[in-house]
Amino acid sequence: MTSVTMTVNGKKMSGEVEGRTLLVQFLREAQGLTGTHVGCDTSQCGACVVHVDGVAVKSCTMLAQEAAGAEVTTIEGMANPDGSLGVIQQAFQDHHGLQCGFCTPGMVMSAADLLKTNADPSETEIREYLEGNICRCTGYHNIVKSIQAAAATLRG
Amino acid sequence: MYDFEFVKPASVADALAALSDEDAKPLSGGQTLLPTMKQRLAMPTKLVSLAGMAELIGVSAEGGVLTVKGATPHAKVAAEATAYPALAALASHIGDPAVRNRGTIGGSLANNDPSACYPAAALASGATIVTTAREIPADEYFQGMFTTALEEHEIITAVKFPIPEAANYQKFVQPASRFALVGVFVAKFATGVRVAVTGASEEGVFRWTEAEEALSSSFTPDAVASLKAPAEGMIGDIHGTPEYRAHLIGVMTKRAVAAAA
Ligand SMILES: Cc1cc2nc3c(=O)[nH]c(=O)nc-3n(C[C@H](O)[C@H](O)[C@H](O)COP(=O)(O)OP(=O)(O)OC[C@H]3O[C@@H](n4cnc5c(N)ncnc54)[C@H](O)[C@@H]3O)c2cc1C
Repeated sequence: MTSVTMTVNGKKMSGEVEGRTLLVQFLREAQGLTGTHVGCDTSQCGACVVHVDGVAVKSCTMLAQEAAGAEVTTIEGMANPDGSLGVIQQAFQDHHGLQCGFCTPGMVMSAADLLKTNADPSETEIREYLEGNICRCTGYHNIVKSIQAAAATLRG
Repeated sequence: MYDFEFVKPASVADALAALSDEDAKPLSGGQTLLPTMKQRLAMPTKLVSLAGMAELIGVSAEGGVLTVKGATPHAKVAAEATAYPALAALASHIGDPAVRNRGTIGGSLANNDPSACYPAAALASGATIVTTAREIPADEYFQGMFTTALEEHEIITAVKFPIPEAANYQKFVQPASRFALVGVFVAKFATGVRVAVTGASEEGVFRWTEAEEALSSSFTPDAVASLKAPAEGMIGDIHGTPEYRAHLIGVMTKRAVAAAA
């Protein structure tokens, strides 16, 4: 076992991991941050998307030790400091951007990644960006609407 | 996934030293190797991480050659290979954004998946694969499905792409995996046209020499309209028969020429 430390949602977090411990296992099992989901476990579905040093990655396909020293943001880090929903999360609630909710953490993290570089994405751009996020309820239509609404709010 | 030792060397020299153990393997973006290990199709005892190593990351253009260092992620090539737009476009359509943030050119070329995109670019461009031991021309590098000229523990440090006068990559996407069901990269140089096909053949990426000859005398979609790639030796699976793939080679080649010309 090796000790790793990374900054998760602004807080320093450490834990003992094996070589094979995945980042998502470190977040969920060692730190109790169960908002990040494991869907397919084969890097296809995107339920496990988190940000590492500012970019979206699939945390089921990255080793915990590879994130040593990194800044990690998970879905828990998307809420406002008072615990209320952040802008993108709130837009998903307002526009019925979730049905069963399993894919939602990954959808929100991918949306946040997109909106960092594209403040006003078109429907096509959003759909392309979400290529690696699968919603088995097939609720894509309202997910797109939610992201467009969040983008409008963030543009002010 | 079986457990292994994870090491993060500071330099390529340290990585080579760490790789001298039998059963040690380089780990770059992990977008292929980690899923393979989860399926227990690979079980290295040690992974030597190349990801994020400063001396292995970068895109630069000089004297008509675009150089991409070995551990450069697809997203960085998409954003920075402006001197070779067809290559940037190819990189920007590999997998999805999260895969592009981790997956690297060295990992893709070392793996040589028969449906991967970069092998087509490297072969059509007549690229040179630079390793810790030598420089390998693309024509000698690709040796069949998942097979390359790389020796055990040889690290790809860079890929040098001669920049063509015109080029384009057309990928017919396999909708579930987003890999190429068939992909064709066409590159026109002053010396002639090169056409590389991925996704189609049991032998992995290959050059379609008949189309190269036709396009070298006339770089128009019509020049290849009557050519037919043979179905023999093409991949047949639930996504498409060998005949279907052979047909797509012609269609994708025409589209690539139309887009490049
Ligand atoms: C959902 C998904 C969709 C994808 N879609 C596409 C697609 O459309 N087109 C496409 O082309 N690819 C696609 N890929 C594959 C992706 O591009 C991988 O990133 C790539 O093939 C492997 O690169 P890597 O850096 O992740 O390598 P790794 O997984 O780290 O390594 C792969 C192999 O290469 C070896 N290796 C790694 N780096 C080096 C090096 N520098 N020198 C020598 N050996 C090395 C490793 O030991 C290992 O054997 C997809 C992957 C996923 C998960």
